[in-house]
Amino acid sequence: MEGYLLILVGTVFVNNIVMVKILGLCPFMGVSRKLETALGMGAATTFVLTLGSGTSYLVNKYLLGPDLAYLTTLSFIVVIAGIVQFTEMAIRKTSPVLYQVLGIYLPLITTNCAVLGIPLLNVQAKHDFVESLFFGMGGALGFSLALILFAGIRERIEAADVPGIFRGSAIAMVTAGLMSLAFMGFAGLVK
Amino acid sequence: MLTAVFVMAGLALAIGAVLGFAAIRFRVEGHPLVEKIDAILPQTQCGQCGFPGCKPYAQAIAEGNAEINQCPPGGEENIHKLADLLGAEFKPLNAAHGVPKPRSVAVIDEELCIGCTLCTQACPVDAILGAAKQMHTVIAAECTGCELCLAPCPVDCIHMLPVGESIGSWKWKYPVFPLTRAA
Amino acid sequence: MRKLHRFHGGVHPPDRKAESTRLPIARAPLPRRLVVPLHQHLGHGAKPLVQAGDRVLKGQMIGRAEGYVSAAIHAPTSGTVRALEMHPVPHPSGLSDLCVMLEPDGEERWVERGPLDYANLDPQALRLKLRDAGVVGLGGAAFPSYVKLSPGARQRLSTLVINGAECEPYITCDDMLMRERADEIVQGVRLIRLMLHAEEVLIGIEDNKPEAIAALRNAVKRGTLRMDVVPVPTVYPGGGERQLIKVLTGAEVPSGKRPVDIGMACFNVHTAYTVHRAVAFGEPVVSRVVTVAGNVLAPRNYEVPLGMRVADLAALASPLADTSGYLMGGPMMGFELPSADIPVVKASNCIIAKSQALFPAPPPAMPCIRCGRCAQACPAQLQPMDLFWFARARNFGKAQEYSLFDCIECGCCSFVCPSHIPLVQYYRFAKGEIWAKERERKAADLARSRHEFRQLRIERDKQERLEKLARKTAAARSHAAPAPAMQEAAANPADDPRKAAIEAAIERARTQKATITPRNVDNLTPEKQAEIARIEERRKKIREMARDRIEP
Repeated sequence: MEGYLLILVGTVFVNNIVMVKILGLCPFMGVSRKLETALGMGAATTFVLTLGSGTSYLVNKYLLGPDLAYLTTLSFIVVIAGIVQFTEMAIRKTSPVLYQVLGIYLPLITTNCAVLGIPLLNVQAKHDFVESLFFGMGGALGFSLALILFAGIRERIEAADVPGIFRGSAIAMVTAGLMSLAFMGFAGLVK
Repeated sequence: MLTAVFVMAGLALAIGAVLGFAAIRFRVEGHPLVEKIDAILPQTQCGQCGFPGCKPYAQAIAEGNAEINQCPPGGEENIHKLADLLGAEFKPLNAAHGVPKPRSVAVIDEELCIGCTLCTQACPVDAILGAAKQMHTVIAAECTGCELCLAPCPVDCIHMLPVGESIGSWKWKYPVFPLTRAA
Repeated sequence: MRKLHRFHGGVHPPDRKAESTRLPIARAPLPRRLVVPLHQHLGHGAKPLVQAGDRVLKGQMIGRAEGYVSAAIHAPTSGTVRALEMHPVPHPSGLSDLCVMLEPDGEERWVERGPLDYANLDPQALRLKLRDAGVVGLGGAAFPSYVKLSPGARQRLSTLVINGAECEPYITCDDMLMRERADEIVQGVRLIRLMLHAEEVLIGIEDNKPEAIAALRNAVKRGTLRMDVVPVPTVYPGGGERQLIKVLTGAEVPSGKRPVDIGMACFNVHTAYTVHRAVAFGEPVVSRVVTVAGNVLAPRNYEVPLGMRVADLAALASPLADTSGYLMGGPMMGFELPSADIPVVKASNCIIAKSQALFPAPPPAMPCIRCGRCAQACPAQLQPMDLFWFARARNFGKAQEYSLFDCIECGCCSFVCPSHIPLVQYYRFAKGEIWAKERERKAADLARSRHEFRQLRIERDKQERLEKLARKTAAARSHAAPAPAMQEAAANPADDPRKAAIEAAIERARTQKATITPRNVDNLTPEKQAEIARIEERRKKIREMARDRIEP
């Protein structure tokens, strides 16, 4: 039990997928303009990632095995693409606005490097099934946390007197850098 | 090699089956987005966007057949709202469809009106009252200022009157201060 | 001794009340001209009942209450109506509204008036009498009192709070009224309590008015009803409805709710006074006590006929030479009048003459440094710096999320702001924009439903025309064909299946309507029965007419 908690804390804070591993930056910059969209994107990613980590573990363990290890990346992409498609349909049915708001980013979850990265890291770290699930969920929660914090900050920056040349992406980049520095403070939290 | 092909094919088949099931289970009927877009549009029903009313324009936007910058009465503000809703880029108002004007209402010069009922037929919101050979008048509270009644009038007795500020509609202005040199 | 509570925040501006309490209330002499606005209260304006040239008597109704939230307007004195025209009214915009221009004849002849037999009037009738007497909240908001006196869902109120706090600097009209007319106020409070069935009456007065507290205590002792006169600590805005309720009872009125929702009601002492005048003498609200203070030689309270122009009123107190304008209301919540040619209305409690020395121009606003002093001072426990942030960026949705509409615009935040940011102006701007959006949305909804109905109507007409055409051609064809059997079939509706179905449906509806019996008709008075019978008669006639038109 303690191990799972460690994985969760480790992935959410210490090795935050966005702020420390610098993965999944495309949606991080793209969908963080509004808090509501950030929440939606976070939820969608969490769902996809948790499901994706579990499925890709099963695929890796029972379908590929050590013989077909060279197919890992390929098959993971297929599995994740399938799950994303499924999520997209489900969201479109349940929340058309969220569907419209996530717009291009929803299919982009497929190519979100965080989503492919985490199952691959799972394989690398030789996690078992439950550990993989926790690792996937922790990574996604870390992604959501960073995204939501960033969106909150950007909403306020929107209302601020930002010098003309810094407006938009420039100030967002500076903010992201500062946030990344802040997340470095978590290093050493878990031994 | 053969195993690899089988494995990938099997994987693709399995995922295809799941997606096929989802496509049936989560089928979306109609376009629920149309209502959301229609709620943003100003409902003047003026047709300046090139569609016969706000609802058809909303439908066209939802289906991707129209740009979001074709509505002059809504102004830039509505374009921003539509861009937010649809996750699209903001575009300045397309001047080909007209320019925003201050809100006005149609007024019929009752001396000139000949009671032809052409304007009552043109009014998209039934805001003109009158019968054949009787004087017509505009119900100001229901007029959207679409100007559709101007063209059909054979005697040009309708003109647009801008709605001025009254105690009821007055609002506090954005605080602006004269720049003064600090001592 | 009652246990008092504290409300959050508040400030202590210099109160400057002593100047205008040295002299008793004086009656303002009648000016040559009165400008009586027909919209002196919240809600709908009154509907004019007079025309140019009419002679009116003092207290004669010249504007009838229109709609639920409204109150009547009366002639403040006898005289001649010169005109009914647009004239600038006391409003921050300086815009004009419909006013009755009255030329007094100096005779002050009253209309026939007499005490109301309130003990034998049913409460609803009494409330309507108050509405027709033009009684509104005289604390500043001018909300029609009879609406607040309608108990609504709750039948009994636990606490009636009478507001004599008068927390704004300069204003002393309630103070002087309590000192001089305490007995009448207590009578009025008794009437309000009677109408609301309140269990407990608390009169809150700030402790910087010892004379008023003593006067009211004596008056309560002389009366028959138990009420508590409670001195409350002097903190601005202790006279706010929510703040006073909190101080006196510890209860907080939830956001977006009114005091009546937690079983309380709050009335100003001046309102209580006018309730008494209306009931005991049949006198409508035609005058009020107004403080004239600031940059004047002789600050004082005057009993002013409503409609007296500020210029005439201020002249009584001899404004000093360097007077640069007038404020209506207090320095915290009042607004600057665009000119002195504006009448005193029911909501005007104070006129302050401005001068450069008394009200120096505020230093230029500096950027917000997020020191949080405004949040400490805010009596509504909001975060003024965040509201300012979003209002300035026109992010109204966010501002609303931060409870913009709980802001009472008391001005505490601007008062303490070290950067001298005019915060309240930003909130007013944001509120105005949000209301305007709401109005626009309502207009759009109306237009949408009307447009949709029109589409439906056009579609229906088209369908009907088509059907008619089809019937005509069918009839023509059957006419052409010499088959008498078919002609019979067409003529007999029972044989045409569609027509038969319609016929049957109409019949069904008819029988259904006949068998429906209205509910709640037991134990009715004969008058009610007669009225119902009349309505039924009328309805039947209409139905008959409609049937004639459908089936010619």
